[in-house]
Amino acid sequence: MRTLNSPLVRYLRRRLLILVSSLFLATVTLFVLLRLIPGDPSNSLLSVGATPDQIKAARHAVGSDLPLTQQFFHWFNQLIHFNFGTSLISGVSVSGEVFSRLRVTVPLTCISFFLAILIALPVGFISAYRRQKWYGTLLNGLSQLGIAIPVFWVGIIFIYAFALHWMVFPAGGFPPDGWHSPLAAVRSLVLPVSTIAIVMASSLVRYVRSATLDVLGSDYLRTSRALGFKFSHAIVRHGLRNGAAPVISILGIELATTFVGAVVVESVFALPGLGSLLIKAIAEHDYPVIQGVLFLSTLGVLIIGFLADLLQRIIDPRLNRFTESRSG
Amino acid sequence: MNTRLKLSLSILGTFLFSSGMSVIWLPYKLDDTSGLRLESPSWHHLLGTDKLGRDYFSRLIVGSRIVVIVGITTVIIGALIGVSLGLLAGFARRTRDDTFSAFLDILIAFPTLLLAMLIVAARGASLTSAILAISLGISAVLARLTRLLTKRVLGADYILAARASGTSWFRIVIIHILPNIWTTLIVALSLQFGLAGLAEAGLSYLGLGAPPPNASWGSLLQEAQDTVYTAPIAAIAPGLLLVILVVGVNLFADGLRERFDPTLGGNQ
Repeated sequence: MRTLNSPLVRYLRRRLLILVSSLFLATVTLFVLLRLIPGDPSNSLLSVGATPDQIKAARHAVGSDLPLTQQFFHWFNQLIHFNFGTSLISGVSVSGEVFSRLRVTVPLTCISFFLAILIALPVGFISAYRRQKWYGTLLNGLSQLGIAIPVFWVGIIFIYAFALHWMVFPAGGFPPDGWHSPLAAVRSLVLPVSTIAIVMASSLVRYVRSATLDVLGSDYLRTSRALGFKFSHAIVRHGLRNGAAPVISILGIELATTFVGAVVVESVFALPGLGSLLIKAIAEHDYPVIQGVLFLSTLGVLIIGFLADLLQRIIDPRLNRFTESRSG
Repeated sequence: MNTRLKLSLSILGTFLFSSGMSVIWLPYKLDDTSGLRLESPSWHHLLGTDKLGRDYFSRLIVGSRIVVIVGITTVIIGALIGVSLGLLAGFARRTRDDTFSAFLDILIAFPTLLLAMLIVAARGASLTSAILAISLGISAVLARLTRLLTKRVLGADYILAARASGTSWFRIVIIHILPNIWTTLIVALSLQFGLAGLAEAGLSYLGLGAPPPNASWGSLLQEAQDTVYTAPIAAIAPGLLLVILVVGVNLFADGLRERFDPTLGGNQ
């Protein structure tokens, strides 16, 4: 029975507090860093040789004549309403631009992530279970190699092999009408998705492998086998849940890493996603876009971490007991 | 010395030597554009030339210098900040320790690349911005590890004995804590060296690292991507070197771990 005062609910309250305060902390950092930039935000509205009156009007228009604390709360209020202003370069609304870009970045991140998990689970298991065999060693070696490879380099090699040499997939770009031409959209995502999935899978394999090694050497597995259960039964019944906990605990950080991988890989394959928007904005000093993209990315990263921690608690209730005894 | 250490030290030694040599001597100077555009490899230009006729081999060696500089500085800064913060947190009482841990968890979950982009947006693209961002990431990881290890040592009976005999906290850190935890810290730091190299390459690939002509391997790859079909070597060589360097660093960490802790099998 889970009442309002169960360990899980108490953990949820504590974790929510951390989520909200870290979001606040992140926005303050973002605000301070963006204000450290030399020059007034109103400069982009002005032409060379503007009169003092024009400067005053421009400063009033962007609000940079107010005290810093007021500027912060005004800005914070806008952020939580997803109002990031308009781009200094193109003049379009930042939130509209960002959300249209998410149509590339979200599928790219999610599909790559699930593909990486699908690859990592069997590979990690086999490389632990068959570690004495040559293919177990080979798989382990490959995953060690995989974590040393820069993701954009894999992308360049894939472009060379599959796009330029064999010409099976496009070298980059995304159909101009996006998902309205689904086949072309999927085709242009094949290489980016495989690039990220391969690199992310290598990093996940190490966690799956060490979790499997722990399970294989555990007493409960031996007991279960001694009681006459088949190996497969013992693994599914006892090993899975025990082995899953440490793997799930790193999934949050891994998903955030996948998102960052997507940011880089979008540039390799010239995909119109959040990452290429951010890099263009940094090059053009387009601050409303920079803060919009960074705020949303931070929000995403923090929420993913929150959900991963929660999921871990639900799967492994023993963790609640540990914190209780530590803080109680 | 075990095989992994020997192998990794010879890899890392080669990189250190060639990047050190590049300060004194290079096959061709970086502003020497005497070659033809995109020459194929030959005895004059071991790996051919780039779009401007510069010797590619020389550019690669200069790139190794940047990786080594970034790796060493970020690891040193990260270790100084991370270990001192971690020691402070390890000694702190519950509330302050909890706040600190929560803060570190945020910093660790926050991807280094995003942090770097934030810093580059504020300070402009430069080697210093990249080093700043990467060292911040490293110090968060190191602080969390140091805190954990410190707490473990502080629970030991000999600390109680030391306190009872009137040893100051500072002396306890010097004679009990650091000697007990430094091996684990060194292993973690060498792994971070490899990650720093990868992060720097990623940043300069995106054009957010050291501005030209200080071409790091990431910017070399970015330039070579346009001509990958006609000059594949230029797009393969920097990536391959980076992979070899990072594998070398990871092997070094594994070798150190094995040397420090003989109970570990080679299979972990």
